[in-house]
Amino acid sequence: MSAIEVKNLTKDFNGLKAVDDISFEVKAGEIFGLLGPNGAGKTTTIKMLATLLSSTKGEAKVCGFDILKQRDEVRNSIGIVFQEPALDNRLTGQENLDFHARLYGLDKETRETRMREVLNLVDLEDKANVLVQNYSGGMQRRLEVARGLMHYPKVLFLDEPTLGLDPQTRHHIWDYILNLNQKEKITIILTTHYMEEADYLCQKVAIIDFGKIIVQDTPKNLKDLLGGDVISIEATPAKEVFGVFEKVPWVKKISQHDGIINLNVKEGEKKIPLLMKIAQKETDFEIKSVNLRKPTLEDVFLYFTGKTIREREAGQTEKNRMMMRRRFRR
Amino acid sequence: MKSKNFQAIYVMWLREMKRFLRAKSRIIGTLAMPFFFLVSLGFGLRTGFNLPGMPQGANYLDFLVPGIIGMTMLFTATFAGLSVLWDKEFGFLKEMMVAPVRRSAIVFGRIIGGITTSFIQGILILIISFLMGFKVANPLSILLTFLFMFLIGVGFIGFGIAIASKMQDVHGFSLIIQFIIFPTFLLSGALFPVNSLPGWLKLVVYINPLTYGIDGLRGSLIGFSQFPLLLDLFLLLIFDLAMVALGAWLFSKTEV
Repeated sequence: MSAIEVKNLTKDFNGLKAVDDISFEVKAGEIFGLLGPNGAGKTTTIKMLATLLSSTKGEAKVCGFDILKQRDEVRNSIGIVFQEPALDNRLTGQENLDFHARLYGLDKETRETRMREVLNLVDLEDKANVLVQNYSGGMQRRLEVARGLMHYPKVLFLDEPTLGLDPQTRHHIWDYILNLNQKEKITIILTTHYMEEADYLCQKVAIIDFGKIIVQDTPKNLKDLLGGDVISIEATPAKEVFGVFEKVPWVKKISQHDGIINLNVKEGEKKIPLLMKIAQKETDFEIKSVNLRKPTLEDVFLYFTGKTIREREAGQTEKNRMMMRRRFRR
Repeated sequence: MKSKNFQAIYVMWLREMKRFLRAKSRIIGTLAMPFFFLVSLGFGLRTGFNLPGMPQGANYLDFLVPGIIGMTMLFTATFAGLSVLWDKEFGFLKEMMVAPVRRSAIVFGRIIGGITTSFIQGILILIISFLMGFKVANPLSILLTFLFMFLIGVGFIGFGIAIASKMQDVHGFSLIIQFIIFPTFLLSGALFPVNSLPGWLKLVVYINPLTYGIDGLRGSLIGFSQFPLLLDLFLLLIFDLAMVALGAWLFSKTEV
């Protein structure tokens, strides 16, 4: 059974298509990742599915309920952790959970048992009676995850669950997410712009850019699409090197970034000797280093968009700045 | 689904109570201004100060106390309504917006929470006035006073919610206080009789809903009012209904 079905969903903000005709399906019990740079439309997608924004076109069902016509049913069956903190920091952790449980109509007994369960799941039992304003960033995020689980949702949305956290805390949160996916049998849909996060957590990933889903599959299949391995060459002049390897038959795809040339090849370890032979024949360029590695989702993103995710984000920021400037001028 | 909405109203009230009791500085902060007005003007102008439009023979403190009670209700209630803005700023609003309850239930919970805290503060000011020597004509009239306090509070909470729902962030907060709340207070007859104001300013006073609240408070506390109390009640009731409806409507249209 599908936990989420999305068909041709579109969101138009005054002519700007934040989400452009996307379709995907999430199976029950799966961890599904929406991966893309900032401003790609991930949060807008999540907000539409969580009934916080209404869609312009298309339809979507969450747990079989229509996101426009059955809002209350959808809200009842989902939990959500927002990108920015959404806790009342003048209340204690326990009070935040209690507030949430009452809003979702849980009775006293259920409230109390469930509170213990979720606090245990995120290791916050001993901090339950501390005011949230005294929590660290990681603790707040964990409390929010716990809160999202309070009312036994079937689907949990996590919008950039580890944004702004240090690497160690990030790994902890990852483990909590995997743990609750197994223990609670809960479907999780998360957005992220961290490639390694999507790779580590998700059974299925949809890469999203400029509001469109470019490709979706399991992380393994996506990486296999690149033909096995990536060979990175650092060489001068890069242009000459590019010209030579472009014509080599065993190179499936070639791209260039920051003076580094990436070759997508099969069985990379056997191609390095061939590569050296070519390099010896040519005299008008010099190879400084060669690096063979398994492709990451970063390479997948690069392969499909022609840019690294960081370059895309820089471009996006530039665009936002332009828009802001225009707005202020008016 | 129905009981869930009642739970939502209750839990909004509970949250407001907890926050109120914890934020001692906030209570002192909002009570400080009416207290200073009351003490400085009340003692300073106590004797021999009688403007046309004030009851014959009454001292200024008697005239001032209902005005300061009204002021306390105005400020605390508007702040309670505007607290939506802080929830927006700190993200907590999203938590409420995504819950499977009617948005109107959240608004009603807010109003009930806000009116409780405003009421407590209004009564504190009333007690301080008694300590300063203020006397009520008829003890039973306190009940009528409470009714007017309640009506002033509800209306301005609704007003605060309406404004906060339209604002993006807290940057406009001081503008609202300086350009809406203070003029509302100063041009309501709280501090002086409005008879001596020029005609165009008088018009502002008559449009101002707080005028009728303070007139009602004065009528119930010291038995002196400019308008019939029933008219005060009626106009305040209309103001309340309009503001609550506006607040609930704008709040339900908020997208986060």
